[in-house]
Parts: sequence; structure tokens; C-alpha cells
Amino acid sequence: MSDRNPYAYDSKIEGNIIFTQLDTAINWMRSNSLWPMPMGLACCAIELMAAGAARFDIARFGAEVMRFSPRQSDVMIVAGTVTYKMALAVKRIYEQMADPKWVIAMGACASSGGMYRSYAVLQGIDHLIPVDVYVSGCPPRPEALLDGLMRLQKKIMGEHSFLEQKKELLASL
Amino acid sequence: MKLADVAEAITSRFGGGVTGRAEFRGELTLSLQPESLHQVCEFCRDELDFDFLLDISSIDHFEHEPRYEIVYELYSLENGLHLRLKTTATEDHPEVRTVCDLWPTANWHEREAWDMMGLRFAGHPDLRRIIMWEGYPYHPLRKDFPLEGKFSDVPDVAFTEPAPLAGGPFVTAPVDGTTEVREPRARRAGDLPPAQTFIAEP
Repeated sequence: MSDRNPYAYDSKIEGNIIFTQLDTAINWMRSNSLWPMPMGLACCAIELMAAGAARFDIARFGAEVMRFSPRQSDVMIVAGTVTYKMALAVKRIYEQMADPKWVIAMGACASSGGMYRSYAVLQGIDHLIPVDVYVSGCPPRPEALLDGLMRLQKKIMGEHSFLEQKKELLASL
Repeated sequence: MKLADVAEAITSRFGGGVTGRAEFRGELTLSLQPESLHQVCEFCRDELDFDFLLDISSIDHFEHEPRYEIVYELYSLENGLHLRLKTTATEDHPEVRTVCDLWPTANWHEREAWDMMGLRFAGHPDLRRIIMWEGYPYHPLRKDFPLEGKFSDVPDVAFTEPAPLAGGPFVTAPVDGTTEVREPRARRAGDLPPAQTFIAEP
């Protein structure tokens, strides 16, 4: 099994059986069923909606199930300007999401405060919660968000959650 | 009824209360003593049919007294007339009487003026902040409040930190040109680049 394609499948040899690592199988499932928490705070949310609609169809990447409950979400898409008034609410919703969870900072405002260098706006959501992928643009086009989503999928494919747990278990024995 | 009649009716009734009168592009503005504001507003509503308060706004004449100016935009749906009333408040005592009892819509307008400019309205039934949160210690639209903001912290509600301004306010350049020329950057007065015309690369 090569690094490039960790879940390679050769029908001539393997028939209906696939040999792989547990981490790879878990990552494959996680990365292809990312349920977003749409944290739509400003105009970026319009592009987020466009990404979910028929022309761009975020369902092609398994992320069409927008959950408006943090309990059922895997990835929070912070789409828009995070004001200080909203900041702790965003953090609270992030903390309510079940692990494993990821964050996409969509657009200039969520990434860095954007054009709002002023008293009212948090200068980037990464001041409060960890961000996995930053998507540039003001607002980004839906293609850019989809690219960010694919990069997140790639990142998830490189995780070693089961391996880490095994190490922790061995260390505790 | 015309605007000239309105001005005549108000000035003849409240001669000393009206301190100034301006007409610009068909719009009438009357400046009033703070003490006579409420009476004039009541007169406008009941006698002159100004049944609609469009807006209340305020101006900070920083380092000039009286420091604050409060502007009331009245409209008469009956006669199709627009009237602007102005009054003042001093730095030491930034307070005027509320007009909530005349136009209920004044409630939120006055709360906004309190929140952003720190003007108190005597007799207001519910003078809480409306945009910033309860406990935020400043009034951001005052001229002596920095654009980048200040530190503040209300536990479990909200916090603020000064934004990095990098030497100037972040503004767009009002010129023709590429996005790179126009986009918001730290600029000061006089920094603006000369007008450029965008020519697409072949």
C-alpha cells in the first residue's frame, strides 16, 4: 500500500475484501462525510449557500448535510465578520461540537478581521478557536470554499488518531 | 401647508427658543434651545401634523462647546413635509429631554445615541445600550475614542482588544485601478496613490 493512495484496491487480487489500516479507514470515512456547522455571520454565508446549491453542489464532497446543531457537526465553517459581540457565542458553539472537529475560516474577515480594522471586530477567529484551513477572498467564490474543503479532507487523511490512542494505551500500561 | 408656514408658526410661537434657521436645497433646519426642544416637538406633532420621526442622529464637535449636537428628522405624512430640528448638549452635561412620549420610535434611536455617543435622554423609559453590550465602558463614536478600540472585558459576555492599525486607518483608495491599488490598506491623508486607469494585460 503506497503512501500516495493508502486505500488502494486491486479487484483482481482482492475481490470483495479490502486490506487497509484502521486509521486510513477511519480517516476515509471522516473526510468524506464532513457535516458542516454553517456559522454564517456576513456576506460570506451567501457564497456558502451557493456552494451548497446545485451549481457547485458541496454534496459531491460529502459535506452537504448542513447541521444547525453543533452536536451533530464535524466542521465549523466560520463564514463572515466575527464581531466581539458574537465572538464568545462562536467559541461556545465550537465547544459544543463533539470531537473530532475541524474549523474552516472562510474569507478575509474570519481569517484576519479583513477590512474591519476597528474597535468592533475580532481580528481573526484564530484568536479564540483553532483553525485548520483559511480560505482567502472577500468573499471567496464557492470554488475556493470547495478547495478549502478538499484541503481539509487531505489533512484529515493524514491524521493518526487510532495510532495515537494505541501509543497512549501502551504508555499507560 | 408649506415649509415656510411651518417655520413661521414655530418662530412666532417659540421666538426665543429658536436660535437659528437654515434652508438648503429646499430643506428647512431649525436650531433650538435644549429647554424648548420638547415643547417644539410636541407643537410640531400636534399642531403641524409632523406625525413621523424619521431619525435621531448626533454630532460630536470635539474641543468646541457645546460639544454635542442632536438632530431630529421629522416628516409629515399628511402634508409631505420634511423638517429638521437641531439642539445641543454640553460636554459636562450631555443630556436632553426624551421625545419617547411623543413618538415611540424615538426609544431605539435614543438608545443608539446613548450607546454610540454617550448622550443621556432624561425621562427615557429604558435607556440601555442597543448595539454594544451592557457593561462596555466606552462610547465608540465619540471623537476622542480611537478607531482601533480599547481593552475591555465583561466576563462571559464579550471582550475587546485594540486592532493593529499599522500606522493608519485601513481605507480603500477612491481611484481607478486594479484591486491592488484600491484595496484597504493603512493610509493617511495624502497617501493616496495618483489616479490610475486599469488596462487589461493582453
